[in-house]
Amino acid sequence: MTILQQATPTHFSRILAIGAERGENVVTNDDIAGPIDSSDEWIRQRTGIVTRRRSGPEVNVLDLAEAAARKALDAAGLTGAHVDAVILSTITHWHQTPSGAAILAERLGATPAAAYDISAACAGYAYGIGQADALVRAGLARHVLVIGAEKLSDFIDPTDRTISFLLGDGAGAAVVGPSDTPGIGPTVWGSDGSKASAIRQTHSWAELREDPSLGWPTLRQDGPTVFKWASFQMAPIAAKAMAEAGVTADDIQVFVPHQANTRIIDQVVKQLGLPDTVVVGRDIVDTGNTSAASIPLATERLLTEGQAKSGDLALQIGFGAGLVYAAQVVVLP
Amino acid sequence: MANTEQEILEGLAEIVAEETGLPTDAVALEKSFTDDLDIDSLSMMTIVTHAEDKFGVRIPDEEVKNLATVGDAVRFIAGAQA
Repeated sequence: MTILQQATPTHFSRILAIGAERGENVVTNDDIAGPIDSSDEWIRQRTGIVTRRRSGPEVNVLDLAEAAARKALDAAGLTGAHVDAVILSTITHWHQTPSGAAILAERLGATPAAAYDISAACAGYAYGIGQADALVRAGLARHVLVIGAEKLSDFIDPTDRTISFLLGDGAGAAVVGPSDTPGIGPTVWGSDGSKASAIRQTHSWAELREDPSLGWPTLRQDGPTVFKWASFQMAPIAAKAMAEAGVTADDIQVFVPHQANTRIIDQVVKQLGLPDTVVVGRDIVDTGNTSAASIPLATERLLTEGQAKSGDLALQIGFGAGLVYAAQVVVLP
Repeated sequence: MANTEQEILEGLAEIVAEETGLPTDAVALEKSFTDDLDIDSLSMMTIVTHAEDKFGVRIPDEEVKNLATVGDAVRFIAGAQA
């Protein structure tokens, strides 16, 4: 009797390299304050953002994703031919189908890699790392490219006071592969669809089809509701990710939360009781909130600027529209 | 166990003082959170969360906008405990 073969698992996985690409234009608070009747001071005080990076009309989300992915592959010493799966997390790919990941795989010479998009908004990168870790350890893929990419400036309303002024454009990519030592702790993830309207698109494509006068859909959020959820319910998730990885706050060198708002970051750091020795990613100050791209962008910056180094243990947590969240402890590449 | 309104005021004043740096005696029943105490919507959610923990009540997000003054919050908490 023939015995079914299953994929051969491997013990450990790790992030081999990270790449980052930011929108090429620096947009100041003064540049956007007029239509929302705000000011540089108000935006800094509420969000910590001084500038955000945005791309012009000639650049789309896949261009940003491709640039970040190429940098990650170069840093890993790999090419597209080595990639077995491409996971793209984005909410700003303009086509319902085909996926951005399949187009990206072709551009990178990663055919015939498995390729698919995930919709997990600001938690998307951490969702992707969790999936890549599982794919590699289960033996379904040897090298997985995880990309968080957003051109959020395509979905903003300059007169919106809830979220548009926070948002920037960028992409961050990670190559995940097999490892001789543990490199990605268990992913703690979940969702709370009861708060689906807390961060949302103004109207659906079907509603736009019925009433074209509604215009292009853009993003909105219930800021205080999201602030409360993120500030006070995400710390226990991050703490659980540390516990499941068998580490404590004293073992962590780096904390990279989703770059939503510095006041959320400060509150989560406080709730977690992280010691002052832990370096905290604060890329939001210059880059803005780039949703799925924000964790790899902040991580790449800490590594590039020497605030973090290869081998450091980093706690990362993404959270956002859905609502969804995911956290894990990783060894930095 | 339910607190008296005076106990709630004192507890709330400690929470507001911790969040804002204001002295506790600045937190009086008639004070407006926004106009008198200069508390923005995000700080208000922090205060609400700590108040929920301290007094063992739930303050729905949609209720927070109705809590204009310290007295409104004290009365809401007292009612929720009853």
